[in-house]
Amino acid sequence: MFLLKLVLRNAFRHRLRTFLTVTGLAVAVLAYGMLQTVVDAWYAGAAAASATRLVTRSAISLAVWLPASYEARIRGMEGVKRVARSNWFGGVYQEPKNFFPQFAVSDNYLDLYPEFVLTEAERAAWLRDRKGCLVGRQLADKFGFKVGDVLPIRGTIYPGTWEFVIRGVFDGAEPGKVTNHLLFHWDYLNETMRKAKRRADAVGVYIVGIDDIDSAAAIAVNIDAEFRNSLAETLTESEQAFQLGFVAMSDQIIAAIRIVSYVVILIILAVMANTMAMSARERTSEYATLKAIGFGPRFLALLILGESLLICALGGALGMALTLPAAAFFKTVAAIFPIFAVSGGTLLAQAACALAVALTAAIVPAARAARVRIVDGLRAIA
Amino acid sequence: MPEPLVEIRHLAKSYTRGGQVVPVLSDITLDIHPGDFTALMGPSGSGKTTLLNLIAGIDKPDAGVLRVEGVDIGALGERELADWRATHVGFIFQFYNLIPVLTAFENVELPLILTGLSRAERRERVELTLSVVGLADRMKHYPNELSGGQQQRVAIARAVVGDPTLIVADEPTGDLDRVSAADILAMMQRLNRELGKTIIMVTHDLNAAKAAKTIIHLEKGELLVPA
Repeated sequence: MFLLKLVLRNAFRHRLRTFLTVTGLAVAVLAYGMLQTVVDAWYAGAAAASATRLVTRSAISLAVWLPASYEARIRGMEGVKRVARSNWFGGVYQEPKNFFPQFAVSDNYLDLYPEFVLTEAERAAWLRDRKGCLVGRQLADKFGFKVGDVLPIRGTIYPGTWEFVIRGVFDGAEPGKVTNHLLFHWDYLNETMRKAKRRADAVGVYIVGIDDIDSAAAIAVNIDAEFRNSLAETLTESEQAFQLGFVAMSDQIIAAIRIVSYVVILIILAVMANTMAMSARERTSEYATLKAIGFGPRFLALLILGESLLICALGGALGMALTLPAAAFFKTVAAIFPIFAVSGGTLLAQAACALAVALTAAIVPAARAARVRIVDGLRAIA
Repeated sequence: MPEPLVEIRHLAKSYTRGGQVVPVLSDITLDIHPGDFTALMGPSGSGKTTLLNLIAGIDKPDAGVLRVEGVDIGALGERELADWRATHVGFIFQFYNLIPVLTAFENVELPLILTGLSRAERRERVELTLSVVGLADRMKHYPNELSGGQQQRVAIARAVVGDPTLIVADEPTGDLDRVSAADILAMMQRLNRELGKTIIMVTHDLNAAKAAKTIIHLEKGELLVPA
C-alpha cells in the first residue's frame, strides 16, 4: 500500500515531464497500432479466404488467360465439387479515383461464396438479365447505387464503355465482410469479346470448390498434372495462397511499414528510459535515505519499476483508446482499404509494447538504485 | 560502569580514490555508553562522518571490531544490517533528507512501515512524536511547506519514532540559522535527558558540540581525546 502511494506520488512529482512522457507514449502506441492495422488491412483478403476453395490460374502469369475448355475437365476431377469462372475486368467508373474491383463471373459463382448473401428474387433477376450486375453493400452505400441503376464502366483491359444494370445488392454473411466489388456475367463479357474477335473463351482464374479440406493439396496437384505439357499449364493453389501472392507484390512496402512501427517503439523506449534514468538520478539521496532507514534494495527497485509501469500504462491505455477512433477516421478520409479495423491482436500488441517499454526503461535505473551505497547516495546532495 | 552501548576496538577504514588507497580511520578504540550524548568534532577529512557511518551500520569497517549492544555489526550481511538499522538506529541528516512527496506525518511514519505495527498504532505513535517536536499542527504539510528548522524537527521525529537504541546525527544544525540551530540542539538535549536517548552527533561547530555531554576530537583519522 505504501509502495503504491509512493509510486503514484513519484510519477506525478514532475507533472510536465510526466505529461510529456505519457503523451509521447500515447502517440507512439497510437502510431504503432495504426501501422499494424495498415499491415493487417493488407492481409485482410488472405485472412478471409476459404479453405474449401482453390484457385487455378495460368502457371505463367495472372495476365495470361486459360482456355474456357478447362472448366469441364477440372469439374470432372476427383474431389472437385464445383468450378466457377472469374475474370478481372479492371474498369473505371467515372474517374480512376472511384476504383473498385469488378469481376466477370459464371452464373454459379455465388454458390462457391456462401459468405455473400443475396435474396432469391434478386439472384433470379440477375440471372435473367444478360447485362445485369450485382454490387456489394459497401459499394452501393459508398456511391449510392440502388437496384435498377445503370452503371457505365469504361474498360481498360476490355476496351469500350460497358453498361451494367444493377439487379441486386449482396451483403456479407458476417459483419466486417468486404462487399465493395461488382459482379457481372462472364457470358456477357465473352460474347462481346467473341464479336470483337479478341480474347474470347478466355478465363482469368477458375475457382474450384472442394469439400474435403485435407485433400486440397492433392487435388491441386492433380489439376496441374492434368494440364502439364499443354499450351496453357496451370498453377493451382489455395485461395489464401492466391491472395497472399498479391500481398507478396507489396512485400517491401509492408516490411518498411513494420520496421517503421518498431522504430517508433524504439524511439519512445529511449525517451522513457531517459525519463526514468533522470528521475532515478535526481532521487539518489532519497533512495539512500530509505535504505539507511531499513528499506531493502527490492523495495527501491519496485519503486522505480512501479513508476515506469504506471506511466507506460497511462500512455499505452491512452494510445490504445485513441487507436479505434483514429482508425475509423482514417477509413473515412482515406478509403484505400475495404477493411481497416483494429484487431484484438493489434490492441494486445500495443499493450505488450507499452509493457515492454516500461520494463526495459526501468531495468537500469532500478538496478542502480538497488545497488547504490548509502554513503555514496547520501553524498549526492551534500 | 555499565556495559558500553557502542564498543569500538582498533577500527580502521580506508577508501580507494583514483587507484590510491587513502586511510580515513586508523586504530580507533572507543566506548559509548547508554544515555551518552557524544559530539564528534574535527576538521574536514578527519574521518568523523566515516566513523558515524560505521557506527550507524551504513558503511563497513576494513579492520577492527564494532559492537552495538553486543552485536558485531561489521559481521552482518546487507539484509541483516538493513533490518538492524531499521530497529536500532535513528538518523538525523544535515539536509534533513525528508521525502518531498510525503507529508510530515508520512515521513515520520516511514520507519514504522517496516514494523508489524497496525495502522492505528502507527498513527498514534506518529502523532505523539510530532507533538513532542512541536509540529502537531503541521502533520499534513509537505517538506517544501516547512522552514528548515521545522524540517529538521520532522527529521528528528522520524529518527525517534521507532524508539531506536541509538540516534546518529550528521551536522544536524549545519544548514540552519542560529535560532533554529539552538532550537534543534535543545530538542536533542531533551531527547537525551528526558527520554534517555543515546545520541552521537558529528559537528564542526564548537557551540553545537557544547550541547553534548562528551566531545571527541578526531584528526587525520585518529582519536585525539578518547572519551
